[in-house]
Amino acid sequence: MSAVQENYLWLIPLLPLAGFLINGTLGRKLPRVVVSTVALLFTAAPAAIVAWLWVTMCSAGAPDAIEVVSRPWIAITGLTVNFAFNVDHLTLIMLAVVTGVGFLIHIYSVGYMAHEEGYWRFFAYLNLFMFFMSVLVLAANFLLLFVGWEGVGLSSYLLIGFYFKRKSAANAGKKAFVVNRIGDLGFLLAMFLLIVHFGSLDFSQIFDSITQHPEWQAQGAHFLPAICLLLVLGAAGKSAQIPLYIWLPDAMEGPTPVSALIHAATMVTAGVYMVARCHVLFNSSPLALTVVAIIGAVTAIFAASIGMVQHDIKRVLAYSTISQLGYMFLACGVGAYAAGIFHLLTHAFFKALLFLAAGSVIHALSGEQDLRKMGGLRTKTPITFWTMSAGVFAIAGIPPFAGFFSKDEILYRTFTSPNPLHITLWIVGLLTAGMTSFYMFRLWFKTFFGEQRAEQQEGSVHESSWIMLLPLVVLAFLSVVGGWIGVPSVLFGSNHIEHFLDPVFANPGAAEVVASTSGHGLELALAVISVLTALAGFYIAYLFYYQKPGTAAALAERNRPAYALVSNKYWVDELYNVALVTPLLMFTRGILELVVDRGIVDGSGAAAGATIRGLAWLERKQISGNIRSYAGWLAIGAAVVMAVMIFGRLHWGTL
Amino acid sequence: MVPTAYYLILAAMLFSIGIAAFLIKRNVITIFISIELMLNAVNLTFVAFAHMWHQVAGQIFVFFVMVVAAAEAAVGLAIIISIYRTRQTLNVDALDRMKS
Repeated sequence: MSAVQENYLWLIPLLPLAGFLINGTLGRKLPRVVVSTVALLFTAAPAAIVAWLWVTMCSAGAPDAIEVVSRPWIAITGLTVNFAFNVDHLTLIMLAVVTGVGFLIHIYSVGYMAHEEGYWRFFAYLNLFMFFMSVLVLAANFLLLFVGWEGVGLSSYLLIGFYFKRKSAANAGKKAFVVNRIGDLGFLLAMFLLIVHFGSLDFSQIFDSITQHPEWQAQGAHFLPAICLLLVLGAAGKSAQIPLYIWLPDAMEGPTPVSALIHAATMVTAGVYMVARCHVLFNSSPLALTVVAIIGAVTAIFAASIGMVQHDIKRVLAYSTISQLGYMFLACGVGAYAAGIFHLLTHAFFKALLFLAAGSVIHALSGEQDLRKMGGLRTKTPITFWTMSAGVFAIAGIPPFAGFFSKDEILYRTFTSPNPLHITLWIVGLLTAGMTSFYMFRLWFKTFFGEQRAEQQEGSVHESSWIMLLPLVVLAFLSVVGGWIGVPSVLFGSNHIEHFLDPVFANPGAAEVVASTSGHGLELALAVISVLTALAGFYIAYLFYYQKPGTAAALAERNRPAYALVSNKYWVDELYNVALVTPLLMFTRGILELVVDRGIVDGSGAAAGATIRGLAWLERKQISGNIRSYAGWLAIGAAVVMAVMIFGRLHWGTL
Repeated sequence: MVPTAYYLILAAMLFSIGIAAFLIKRNVITIFISIELMLNAVNLTFVAFAHMWHQVAGQIFVFFVMVVAAAEAAVGLAIIISIYRTRQTLNVDALDRMKS
């Protein structure tokens, strides 16, 4: 049985790659129907394999993990790296998200991109992304993970810049790429340190040797925190956390399905996945865990505050994504990896849904993205409205929608964690929950309620086609019920997902111990508080944007400096420009371009040219055509040779 | 017996005279003769060394050189005649067609 599984395992990444190769090379000449058939087929098949894999791995007696190892990929003294895939329950969840949500978004894209130029290019890139993302989650060592990591970065770059004729899109792609490079530097350095200290990049080997050497932690070995912090830098780049979050809002320049797939559901969660995958490493360094928690909490509230005042529907969702990723980081930081992965799963459902629904809204309004010009779409686009409502309620944390359970789990785990900052982190998380609820309902009211403010004709506002609505309905269903796999025991559930992930996060963290002792009363109280916060967010949004529209504007008018601060995104982009980009540009232009490039590189070229020219001039003088001058040169040459032979022997011995 | 060095000095003098004439003179025929002079200076060293080492190889070399020089003289004179026919001059400075 297992040999069969192993063979199918390779197909999960390779099928999308085949789709990419077909569409990427022949797609230009193929009709659109064929292009979409290829793209859908080569993503549906891995999804089916993953479903089958899920069933086999959950059956009784199935192993906790399957590993497939190829012949060595890199084999040098002291280091061997294989193409190795590893499937455990964590990978299964990630694979399900990647292939399942990915496939739904592929379906949606067929409708959304129907009238776009470069249709084949879009699907080729999308399949390429699926390839790299499955490599990323399947990888059994850091290097292969890094291959996927870089690959998804590449496809993200290609897809953000899909409308490359628009300068802003091209720039956004570059920004995403460059910012990710900074994070990747951290990842690379972490890998170097791992090679130095463990002589391996294999997950299981590294984690085993850490568990076998508890004295490292006791003696305060410096390399463990160093590796963790470098990995955090990498994760912060990919998962858009402070200080490297700035690329994600700009990434919204890409087509909406891309935002849904790459910049909400899958790629940006790679950092969270990586931290969870390396939980053994992180558990060995309380410092790194605290850093993760603080980064997560600060990012969550920071991005949420920006999201409250954005006017572009996709940007609101982008900041919301950053904020929710902050939650996942917070969960990992307090050692509640299962809760983080749970939120990753539910977030993939409802955020993909929100983006796709937003895409449907934008489609209905023929490209309008400004919330101020929307409104009253409830009756015009009923299915989009109902599905998006499911997403909004889910992210806002209203029970029994999916987001409530995962977010509540994170908040509860934060509150009960042994981290000295746990109360502060919990308060920040709670405030963020309220803000999340507020800005999502703000978006909801502004888009679907009130009067229609769109500048176009009444009749042209239309519901999207069924091929776009179908994924919305499926995702809406998942956003409603997706959380039920993690219902805590206090609410008469069995927290299935936590037990599902037990084989992976088997090392019982301190949080677990506290959780079992602190009793159900606290858990229930915390859940009630977070629901009340979410409802408060809803109520404020209702007051501001439904009952008395204009209240918010008046409030903003009264607190002008604060509003300006938030609506300009705390001037972080500008700050980075002044503090980093401008000095860097000055350095490149002043030193690298003027001195190194023009001076040394171009200069040495010019000098070589001038030397050759001078020599050639001499040579030209010499080749006069005059026989006697040739003879003269010959005689001089002979004389020199003879002089060297005679006198040189005296000077330098035998020559 | 005359020391070998004397022969060599004489040969060196002849060779130098040949080179000097080759470089200074403008008439092709004079230059041609100066080449013969240099060849014979070399021949003289061959013979001198052959005599010194009591080996016949040097003498054989000399015969070879003489044969080649004779052939060269025949070809060279033919070329000179041909040059004179086309250019009506034997001044080497005027013969600079090699500088294309």
